[in-house]
Amino acid sequence: MMVTQPAPLPAAGIRLDKLGKRFRGGVDAVADLDLAVAPGEFIVLVGPSGCGKSTVLRMIAGLEEVTSGRVFLGDVDVTNELPQRRDVAMVFQSYALYPRMTVHKNMAFGLRMRGTPRVERDRRVLAVARTLGLEPLLGRRPAALSGGQRQRVAMGRAIVREPRVFLMDEPLSNLDAKLRVTVRAQLTLLHQRLGVTTVYVTHDQVEAMTLGQRVAVLRDGRLQQFDTPRALFRDPVNLFVAAFIGSPAMNFVTAAVAGGRVRFAGHSVPLAPDGPLVAADRPVLLGVRPTAFGPPGIAGWPQLTVTPAAPRSPPARSTTRCSCPKSAPGSPSGCRPTWRSRSASR
Amino acid sequence: MTRREGRIRAPSAPYVATARYLALFAFACFFLMPVYALLVTALKSPAEVSVVRMWQWPHELSLDNFGIVWPKLREGFANSVMMALPASVISSLLGAANGFVLSKWRFPGADFAFSLILFGMFIPYQAVLIPMFQVMSYTHLRGGLLGLILVHVIYGLPITTLIFRSYFTGISEELIEAAKVDGAGMLRTFIHVALPIAPPAFAVSMIWQFTSAWNDFLFGVLLTNKDRWPITVALNNIAGSQAVPFNEAMASALLACLPTLAVYVLLGRFFMRGLMAGALKG
Repeated sequence: MMVTQPAPLPAAGIRLDKLGKRFRGGVDAVADLDLAVAPGEFIVLVGPSGCGKSTVLRMIAGLEEVTSGRVFLGDVDVTNELPQRRDVAMVFQSYALYPRMTVHKNMAFGLRMRGTPRVERDRRVLAVARTLGLEPLLGRRPAALSGGQRQRVAMGRAIVREPRVFLMDEPLSNLDAKLRVTVRAQLTLLHQRLGVTTVYVTHDQVEAMTLGQRVAVLRDGRLQQFDTPRALFRDPVNLFVAAFIGSPAMNFVTAAVAGGRVRFAGHSVPLAPDGPLVAADRPVLLGVRPTAFGPPGIAGWPQLTVTPAAPRSPPARSTTRCSCPKSAPGSPSGCRPTWRSRSASR
Repeated sequence: MTRREGRIRAPSAPYVATARYLALFAFACFFLMPVYALLVTALKSPAEVSVVRMWQWPHELSLDNFGIVWPKLREGFANSVMMALPASVISSLLGAANGFVLSKWRFPGADFAFSLILFGMFIPYQAVLIPMFQVMSYTHLRGGLLGLILVHVIYGLPITTLIFRSYFTGISEELIEAAKVDGAGMLRTFIHVALPIAPPAFAVSMIWQFTSAWNDFLFGVLLTNKDRWPITVALNNIAGSQAVPFNEAMASALLACLPTLAVYVLLGRFFMRGLMAGALKG
């Protein structure tokens, strides 16, 4: 689908400086958010619904006023700038296509509003339509398009603008599961090709982990962790991130660390000798990812009876005996706690 | 009615349905009685018209009455068209702008402003009659159609604003935001995005405004000179003389209500959609 190769767009970084949003009624939707996105980077804002991620996006777009802090696009402070003057393009959850305009006019609208000459407009619309496979649909109205086609038009409308920043507010949530995976892959390709700074909002952590070069986890309007997907998975800074990232979710059990061993539910596992908790002597919360379980029979590892949280086809409630935990690479001789010591105890 | 297999209904359903339709038919007949009298009388020859025989079907259908009254109505008819059309178009356009700003491009105090505008709906004509007359006299707008148009535009604003505000409220916020991000300001968002999706609201507003401007008598007789009288005044002059020629009065009434009927038929399908616009998506 993506063949032609328009010139790469000039990318701009985004910097949020102590960004805060308080809605009427005193609810802090976003508080003290510091975030720096490198030019050309694809970052994902993720968190449970109501965590303020959409509000952050809308503040970057200029659709929501900032209560405190500043928004920088590139080196320019755009905090008080109107959305139409920010040179950002946004893909909305509902796509928000103009219903009375054809696909062509929808895509050209942003250019038209910015005074691009008609010939140039047509050229760019056609080029983008070709890369997205929208060419045969240019004369249609949005009502005559399928959901996937509408989604592509919404993407195309943003791309044609050649903005400095793409903002995407759950653009895949209205697609069926299969299409979502396809479009997700296309998004990554598209970003590689265009190299535009992209901020992508989703509540789906799988989407976040597969799309983002870096992922910002938000909770109650506060940034929890902003790092690569691998780091979020391997090294979550707190319990929330540990529990939120990963599917199926991490298992938790109260345990105690003493004498270089972690003890829980009658079991005892040696800690990695270079681990941060080796010398500790206190209660902890042990997190075990489902991927850390191994088949039974490894000498020295405790045998656990495990009940899958989401039982599949029969037997409906199967229990599997597993060894726990599987030794992590790099620490062949011991248990590596999945998160850091400072947040391990409650 | 076709009987369908497997239809879910109560055993008493056929009787209930029959009773219901009978009742509805009876009501319809009752409400249509004046219309029947109007039609029948308008089609009778002058000799046949009398109060005693008003319910009788005419011996022979004659269109003579229309020919008799049309010369008396023609001027009023033209005046009314020239007054009601601009009055409803301008009022609808202004109402659309109001409704857009009050729902989708809001400003501080928008709700208060809306309440104030709505308040205009509850001011009776009679209360403003004398001040209006004086203002129009001072501004030399009294006598011609321009003043009458102005009065109808302003008097229609509350209802047209209400219609368009309700309609635009049902439009997705993201659509307007998409236009903002695409670089459109308030005016261009209104013209390029909001207006093109507003035809259902326009139909409702136009029907309402045209009907009320067309049917108005009070403002028309008060604010215009004899040569600019709208059709309602002309109608009154035919029916209001000493001996009322019923056949002529009925024929005139029939002619006078044709344009509103035409507007309703032309815009009616949008009207229904306009009413449903909030309830159904797309």
